[in-house]
Amino acid sequence: MDPSVHLRAVVALLGGFPALAGADLSVGAGEAVLVRGPNGAGKTTLLRLCAGLVPPARGEAFVLGHDLASDRRAVRRRVGLLGHSGFLYDDLTVRENVVFAVRAAGADAAPVPASLERLGLSGRLAGTAVGALSAGQRRRTALAVLVARAPELWLLDEPHAGLDAAGRDVLDAVVTEAIAAGATVLIASHDSDRAQRLTTREVVVAGGLVHEREPVSAP
Amino acid sequence: MLHDAALVAAKDLRIERRSHVTTHQVAPFAVLVLVLFAFALDPDRGVLDRAAPGLFWTAVVFSAVLAVQRSVAVESADRAGDALRLAGLEPAGVFLGKAAAVAAQLLVLEVLLAAGIAVLYGTTLRSPFVLFAAAILATIGLAAAGTAYAAVVGGLGARDTLLPLLLLPVVAPVLLGATRAWEASLDGVPGEALPWLELLAAFAVLYVALGIAGYGVLQEES
Repeated sequence: MDPSVHLRAVVALLGGFPALAGADLSVGAGEAVLVRGPNGAGKTTLLRLCAGLVPPARGEAFVLGHDLASDRRAVRRRVGLLGHSGFLYDDLTVRENVVFAVRAAGADAAPVPASLERLGLSGRLAGTAVGALSAGQRRRTALAVLVARAPELWLLDEPHAGLDAAGRDVLDAVVTEAIAAGATVLIASHDSDRAQRLTTREVVVAGGLVHEREPVSAP
Repeated sequence: MLHDAALVAAKDLRIERRSHVTTHQVAPFAVLVLVLFAFALDPDRGVLDRAAPGLFWTAVVFSAVLAVQRSVAVESADRAGDALRLAGLEPAGVFLGKAAAVAAQLLVLEVLLAAGIAVLYGTTLRSPFVLFAAAILATIGLAAAGTAYAAVVGGLGARDTLLPLLLLPVVAPVLLGATRAWEASLDGVPGEALPWLELLAAFAVLYVALGIAGYGVLQEES
């Protein structure tokens, strides 16, 4: 089976400078990988590259079988990114944001109510404008988009940040279910304990390169 | 492409309906421009009546800049624009959707301003078909050029000030064509509006085509 992510000597530029400087990474289908590294090491760029938002300047980069140099749009429809930003519209309600994101991705909006329920966003909150939400509730809304879309590759950038204890538990449960359903997951996180419980392998990004680490605990 | 355009346009119009930026800020600004012209020019309405088409379209062009800036700002907050890219929407569809939403707001604004020049300047609106045709073509051109140039400056730091600087000279043919077409119409010689309508149509077709063809590249670069 082809790997979900295959990077070989990939260079990715951020503001003209190489945030990734020859990165190699191979992630098998259904694998859950923790991406660690200090601030500014290139973790976010790695995830945005895999999401098709940052083009590879050099090297070989394939995600879900699509070449990131030429076919990023096809990649985007099959991956889900939970980034530092929520990619949400403040003037739309929680429900409208999730429905828009799901429909825009060409997916069926039928799972939206269940995803909102799962993230604790049903009822009054579903009809609340995102601009009126707390940071944690915004994070849950962004996660609800992923749950409703059920992408094949989940890219989670500091997913636990801004969530309360209950929110972190829900996030962990949702990610565990996605892995069990066969999704591939990359988690960039400083909260190693939690993220390690979700993943089976660890890589470290440093100096624009990706280094393998010994296997960590099973989920 | 049309499905994506409809989705984006509906989203932008819903946001505008909620935020009231067009009704509470852009429209009052446009009316204020008309009122200020009325103060600045001949109060006996003679000059105002003759200059009404030019003043009308000047107010529309300035308002178009605000509407386009608002359209960009909606996508900038919380990097929402990345949501459009992450969803894998057809770039041409995004362009058409955003331009359509801007055009719809401008058309509503033009109805308001037309009433404004009738009341404030005492202008009699003759040959409504020509007025309407010129308004539709000019609006499509303004919305298409504005949306395309918004993408050009999207990734630049000073986009709020750069956009009017780049856009206003580009849409000068729209201002000229629409003003001349309306002058001919209001003077009771609608036949003389034809070459100006052709200019407006050519401009609209050019920028819609450019936007459809190039928006993807511009979106990726921003």
